Amino acid sequence: MEVQEIYQQLEKQFPGKVGEFKGDVPEPYCTVSPEAIVEISRFLRDDPNLKFEVLSDLTALDWPKEEKIQVVYHLYSYSNKSQIVLKVDLPRDNSKIPTLEGVWKVANWFEREVFDLFGVIFEGHSDLRRIMLPEDWVGHPLRKDYVEEEEYDGISTQRAPLVEKLLR
Amino acid sequence: MQAYIDQLIRDGYFAGMPKEVVYAVAMVLAAFIVLSVFVAPLAGVTSWLERRVWARMQSRVGPNRVGPQGILQWLADGIKNLLKEDLIPSAADAKLFSLAPYVVFVGFLCAFVVIPFGSQLIVADLNIGILYILAVTSLVVVGILMAGWSSNNKWSLLGGMRSAAQIVSYEIPAGLSILTIVFLAGTMSMQGIIKAQGWAPWDWFLFNNPFTFAAFFLYFTAALAEGNRTPFDIPEAESELVAGYVTEYSGMRFLFFFFAEWGNLYVIGAVATTLFLGGWQVPPVTSDPILLGVLQFVVFFLKAYLWVFIAMWVRATLPRVRVDQLMALCWKYMVPLSFLCLLGTICWMLVFPKGNQIFSVAMFVLGLLIVAYFFKRVVFQIRHARPELYFKPHI
Amino acid sequence: MNETAPVQSQGFYAEEMTISVGPQHPSTHGVLRFVVKTDGEVINEAIPDVGYLHRSIEKIGEKVTWHGYVPYTDRADYLAAMFANQVFCMAAEKLAGTEVTRRGEFCRVIACELNRIASHLISVGTFGQDIGAMTPFVHALRERETINNLMEEICGARLTYNYIRIGGVGYDILPETCTRITEFLDHFEPIVDEFNRLLSNNKIFIERLAGVAVISKEDAFSYNLVGPNLRGCGIKWDIRRDIPYSVYPELEFEVPVGTGQVGTLGDSYDRYWVRIRELQESCKILRQCLKMFPKGPAIAKVPRKFKPPVGECYARVEAPRGDMGFYVVSDGSEYPYRVRIRTGSFTAMSIIDKLSKGIMVADLIALIGSLDVDAPEIDR
Repeated sequence: MEVQEIYQQLEKQFPGKVGEFKGDVPEPYCTVSPEAIVEISRFLRDDPNLKFEVLSDLTALDWPKEEKIQVVYHLYSYSNKSQIVLKVDLPRDNSKIPTLEGVWKVANWFEREVFDLFGVIFEGHSDLRRIMLPEDWVGHPLRKDYVEEEEYDGISTQRAPLVEKLLR
Repeated sequence: MQAYIDQLIRDGYFAGMPKEVVYAVAMVLAAFIVLSVFVAPLAGVTSWLERRVWARMQSRVGPNRVGPQGILQWLADGIKNLLKEDLIPSAADAKLFSLAPYVVFVGFLCAFVVIPFGSQLIVADLNIGILYILAVTSLVVVGILMAGWSSNNKWSLLGGMRSAAQIVSYEIPAGLSILTIVFLAGTMSMQGIIKAQGWAPWDWFLFNNPFTFAAFFLYFTAALAEGNRTPFDIPEAESELVAGYVTEYSGMRFLFFFFAEWGNLYVIGAVATTLFLGGWQVPPVTSDPILLGVLQFVVFFLKAYLWVFIAMWVRATLPRVRVDQLMALCWKYMVPLSFLCLLGTICWMLVFPKGNQIFSVAMFVLGLLIVAYFFKRVVFQIRHARPELYFKPHI
Repeated sequence: MNETAPVQSQGFYAEEMTISVGPQHPSTHGVLRFVVKTDGEVINEAIPDVGYLHRSIEKIGEKVTWHGYVPYTDRADYLAAMFANQVFCMAAEKLAGTEVTRRGEFCRVIACELNRIASHLISVGTFGQDIGAMTPFVHALRERETINNLMEEICGARLTYNYIRIGGVGYDILPETCTRITEFLDHFEPIVDEFNRLLSNNKIFIERLAGVAVISKEDAFSYNLVGPNLRGCGIKWDIRRDIPYSVYPELEFEVPVGTGQVGTLGDSYDRYWVRIRELQESCKILRQCLKMFPKGPAIAKVPRKFKPPVGECYARVEAPRGDMGFYVVSDGSEYPYRVRIRTGSFTAMSIIDKLSKGIMVADLIALIGSLDVDAPEIDR
């Protein structure tokens, strides 16, 4: 099934909640509104024609210029061998989105990672803790404007320039 | 040996000394001689041999630097471990922690008292010899439990618990298998059991009847389990429990555990040889007592070491069983089977009070055929896998 | 006088024991940690704790050029570095529309399949060691050593290859190397049988794994298991076959799936057995590739300043640990705007929490081994 058709079906099913569709790129994607992501995913998973069984990937993109964080969902259907990319635009300062844990269990860890590295809060998540970084880490490193703290737990994070290091 | 000392006393060598002191000194001296001349090098060389055998089976080289073919590696290891700091974790129960290795060590060492290396070479031929071995080797479980508990480490505790359950369980099939031989020989003295057999394989208790044949393998399996050897090495299961009850040990105390393990391997082989394989019995080729003694020693040693080698082989080959499977194997299969062997042997003794020579020879031939078939398979597999390519440095 | 107070009946109770498996533990395959709550030997809960090896490879991607990022992808999964190379280059090529030369594609497939054999050898070998068999591990590493030698011939590195470049491969595979690969295959195919006789068909080994930590198809989808773990559940899905890339459509190979031959479908043994079968399939693929190896340049002309147009793309390959995906976003500059690495171990790790309830400590080790999780790949 073409991605175009899936998109049209989605638009019919969820009027007003599905945004723009981009089909002329290597990975066609469509934008959906944050509050509809759970029901759209559930529909995509359970619909007998679509059958998107798995959530291949869940990540985020930071666009400081447009003042938004995009959460990107890669869904894949083993039955139809088709992929669809869903994107959700969130504001940068207060990025909140419902969790997909109820639809795909794997979202638990993916969302923890996005929370850790981007600071997106997944509402309703059962165990939203940092996963990669220590619990007491400050900031979310994959945001474009992230600046490393001078030191962490008394350990300097600054690297001396090579020449200085050699002279010392 | 007691007779020899009595003779010396009668000859007036120790005039003016109380008899008990002479005995005590003689005992300590004997223990020291056995320990330093035989047990320590034996355990050491066994450790080196195990590493070499293992290495060859894994197409590695193994320790080959210290001494010819690395045979002195165990000395170097011993010295290294002696010089290491004796660490006792601050949270550990220091007294028990320090004591545990010695308990394990004593448990295995005491077994050497009754192991016969020849018709004359035995420290004490106790009339309850085999029972004594079963009793003192049980000390090992106390030591391991002490080590596991006193380390105050959860891995050690799990290891100690596993070990206690395992050793206590496997005492039963081991004891029952030994009992079949005690019935056949009519004595528990180690020398007595050997004397009840002959030098020829068909005179061994192994081929006496099908039940002793089975009992032998039951004994060997149970002994491996008691000795914490693969596939029953769950108390120190490296990949699960880090190192089990020895996790917190270092230096010489650590070495004592492994000293005991390798020495114990020899005890397993020696007991198996004594009970089933005719012990030191040699064909009547010479009447010279010294030559005979040497011959007996060599024969006994080779037979015992064959089983040490097989234990190494098994360790290199088999994976480890799980705790519940280990218990199931013991209680569901080995205990009933060893009871069956015991009953079968008794029935056999009733039917053939003098034994059945023809059957024994037939059993022996059958055994040889099995070994021959096994070697044929080994040769086939070696050809099939083209080992000459293993050592090609650059394909 | 000697009267003692009556023993107060406290009732029998047992405490839950909390054990920390890792970060340094012989069978966590790297720096992983599990907070395990056990009732004696039986696990009530095993909570994975990852992140000890986080090297922020994704963030580094935003600071280096497209070409310069290839060596970093090696470090994502150092046991199968070739695949991360390939999938990143595929993503970049897809974005820029670069065509890979035909010989380059074959070089890639040969290098990747060799790497797959090496990675699976580590996997099954260490798995044997987790179960307690020491010899298969050394035998597996011995064979891997030969592959490392071959890799050294092909690309000059033994572990982190940096071989596959955007547009092709860094160095052509020489005819002598091809001969040596054939020699290795002649040697290796019987070794797989030997390995099976030594380990796979061993009764104790089978008993330890049959029916342990069974993953249902639903769970496999829900937790997005990939690669051999997914196929172990009986789902015939291999990206090489189903989303064909490179020259795989021209090659003939089977996709082994778990059958539950010794226990339940989807148990630890099935996952292990799929890997063993894949070793043989990789040998088959390698032989075909060597036969079909075309002539020509190994790398296409790619500008030194590689600037793909604005856009994004998601590429996936079938790595030894399953579907490895790179999601790259370009803003038209010399540097990637965002690189996202999606790995098989990450999702495989997340299922351990669910599967570990009620199994024994020894089974947990078998479970980790059978999922073939690789710490650097989880944490990236």
